[in-house]
Amino acid sequence: MSQPTIAVPTPKRPQGVDRTQLRWPLGFTVAAVVVVVFYGFILPFLVPGVRGWVQDWLPISEINVALIWAMSALGLNIVVGYAGLLDLGYVAFWALGGYTTAWLMSDFGFGGKVNFNIFGSPGAASTTGIHLNLVLVFLAAAGVCALFGVIIGAPTLRLRSDYLALVTLGFGEIIPQIFRNGDEDGLGFNLTNATLGIGPIDSMTFVRINRGDVVVGKLNVFDHVGRFILFSLLTALIIFVSLRLRQGRLGRAWLAIREDELAASAMGVPLMRAKLAAYAVGAIAGGIGGVAYALHLGRMLPDPFTFAVSITLLAMVVLGGMGNVWGVLLGALMISWFNSTGLPQIGDSFNSAFGTNVNFPSFNFLIFGGVLVLMMLFRREGLLPESRTRLVLHEGEAGDTQAEEPEQELVDETTVKSGDVK
Amino acid sequence: MSENPTTVGQPALQADDISVIFGGLVAVNKVSFTVPEQSIVSLIGPNGAGKTTFFNVLTGLYPAERGGQVALGGRDVTGLAPHKIASLGLARTFQNIRLFNLMTAEENVKVAMHSHLKAGVFGTVIRAPWQRREEREAHDFALELLKFVGIGKSAYEYARNLSYGDQRRLEVARALALKPKVLLLDEPTAGMNPRESAEFVDFVHRVRDERKVSVLLIEHDMSVVMRVSERITVLDRGEKIAEGTADEVRTNPRVVEAYLGSAANDNHVTIDDGEEAGS
Ligand SMILES: Nc1ncnc2c1ncn2[C@@H]1O[C@H](COP(=O)(O)OP(=O)(O)OP(=O)(O)O)[C@@H](O)[C@H]1O
Ligand SMILES: [Mg+2]
Repeated sequence: MSQPTIAVPTPKRPQGVDRTQLRWPLGFTVAAVVVVVFYGFILPFLVPGVRGWVQDWLPISEINVALIWAMSALGLNIVVGYAGLLDLGYVAFWALGGYTTAWLMSDFGFGGKVNFNIFGSPGAASTTGIHLNLVLVFLAAAGVCALFGVIIGAPTLRLRSDYLALVTLGFGEIIPQIFRNGDEDGLGFNLTNATLGIGPIDSMTFVRINRGDVVVGKLNVFDHVGRFILFSLLTALIIFVSLRLRQGRLGRAWLAIREDELAASAMGVPLMRAKLAAYAVGAIAGGIGGVAYALHLGRMLPDPFTFAVSITLLAMVVLGGMGNVWGVLLGALMISWFNSTGLPQIGDSFNSAFGTNVNFPSFNFLIFGGVLVLMMLFRREGLLPESRTRLVLHEGEAGDTQAEEPEQELVDETTVKSGDVK
Repeated sequence: MSENPTTVGQPALQADDISVIFGGLVAVNKVSFTVPEQSIVSLIGPNGAGKTTFFNVLTGLYPAERGGQVALGGRDVTGLAPHKIASLGLARTFQNIRLFNLMTAEENVKVAMHSHLKAGVFGTVIRAPWQRREEREAHDFALELLKFVGIGKSAYEYARNLSYGDQRRLEVARALALKPKVLLLDEPTAGMNPRESAEFVDFVHRVRDERKVSVLLIEHDMSVVMRVSERITVLDRGEKIAEGTADEVRTNPRVVEAYLGSAANDNHVTIDDGEEAGS
């Protein structure tokens, strides 16, 4: 081919002992322990000034929210980053996971008609509702989301990616709509209590850290540190699964599909099955994010599940570095923090310094869009890209037009390539 | 040379009455074709004759129209999905190299082992012992194939960083990873220099003998074609116009005419766009 061969370090032997695989769980654990110790045991005893500052700029509750975003973004990364399928309705899996939690862990029980308890922890006064153990709830949510992932994926994954994007967009609108209208008026029976939502969600037996004391007890909505432990474990689990899958047979097939679908099928990769697997695994991660979200809120309302969530998740994946879990994790944590804490805080500081009254959070998407544009102009591969992606994009700068559009339609690609090849 | 009595009866690949119509253009018209077991046969013809299109039907990328049929080792594969046909033992390379550019050579080869490997989501995640063994074997086989085609040293290079000739070799290694019965090579020597082309003749024999496959190649380089092929089929404007040994074909007046008739535009370095299945 005529493309310039740019000196790129030969990738390391991918087989055998992978150092990153041994190193990251350690780093992750250390980071998580530091957070737990700091917020659980040190922060309560700091001088109020410092404590106030930390609680303003880096509250543990928002760290938890960031982890929820990270779980979902990592799931979306499997679909978008690994397999190259554009999904614009990922919020649906959040909603499904969240509502599954609400159904199975509250007094709701579809209008109080059902009442049973499987290792759950109903409130003392509870007489109705389904109360499942949290572990069972996670399994159920994973099952529901995988099922819906397959239901939506099976008929649509045959479509070209732009059509797929539209169908997923529709899915992401429909599911929250159903939840929003899911009562007698809308659906004929009370599925979701409509806009009133479902709640409170059961507290659960868990390690709980209260003003520096560790107790085993009921974890309720306000035990942020306890939930942090749970959420960081879940995030680690999703990272682990992502990394493992990436290195195996399925991960190779996904990457091959992303690179050249037609060649992949000619090499014996069943496109539909491989894509469905990506979709289902991604959906499960989104569902887990949804469960975590429900636990965080303590009740389930239909309002948060908007198109903006899907787009924000997508931006996290793209900004962070598509295909690379660390990039996506970083992107998710940063964007989430910026949205929930950074921007309002910066705004407050600005307003008090200059005596103005600008509503900074309302510029959220403006800033966000600007950053996206800048990133796409100057660092398209994201903050922490996969090494292979970096390869293409930097050759693109060297004037290789073919490399600049890796996602071209098949037909175009052939014409471009054939000019090169023959 | 071609005597291999192991399988009696069925040819490795049999295509009957293959037709492909693009809009008004009959790209392939009722072509029948047989690849005997363990043979090396060629498909030649001027540019636009329909050779690549014919390959695309064999491999399931295009449907066979007007009742055409394809059988692989006696098994009817007409209408099966491309990945299914591939996993049943029909592998190919592409005229316009289609490697997975951002994957290493070794990964490229392992992709083609997909249908022979079993690891599912769960096994991969827990990295069960049997899954590790499978991966190790896949890795060893990939290296073996890369060595076989002569690019063992570049196993961990990204495909896009390989030289042009090595990319062609990698395509062959990747196709062989399917453990095919029949290997289809679409203009494998395009872009090679005369020395490489000469070596290629030996290489095809090695592939056939050591990998136990039948080889069907599309080739423009007549010196290669004449030396390597046991039988040659000639296509012109979608029609099969001749078939036979190298000598028979060389002297066939229709073949001479087809080539001379199109000699003016047959410098064979024109742009080709017959690769595509999606439309
Ligand atoms: N997808 C397509 N849509 C429309 N026409 C096509 C398509 N693919 C191929 N053709 C046409 O069908 C005819 C046969 O093309 P094909 O690529 O099979 O020729 P070929 O024998 O492989 O030629 P070459 O030696 O140049 O590779 C050509 O006229 C070509 O333009
Ligand atoms: Mg061709």
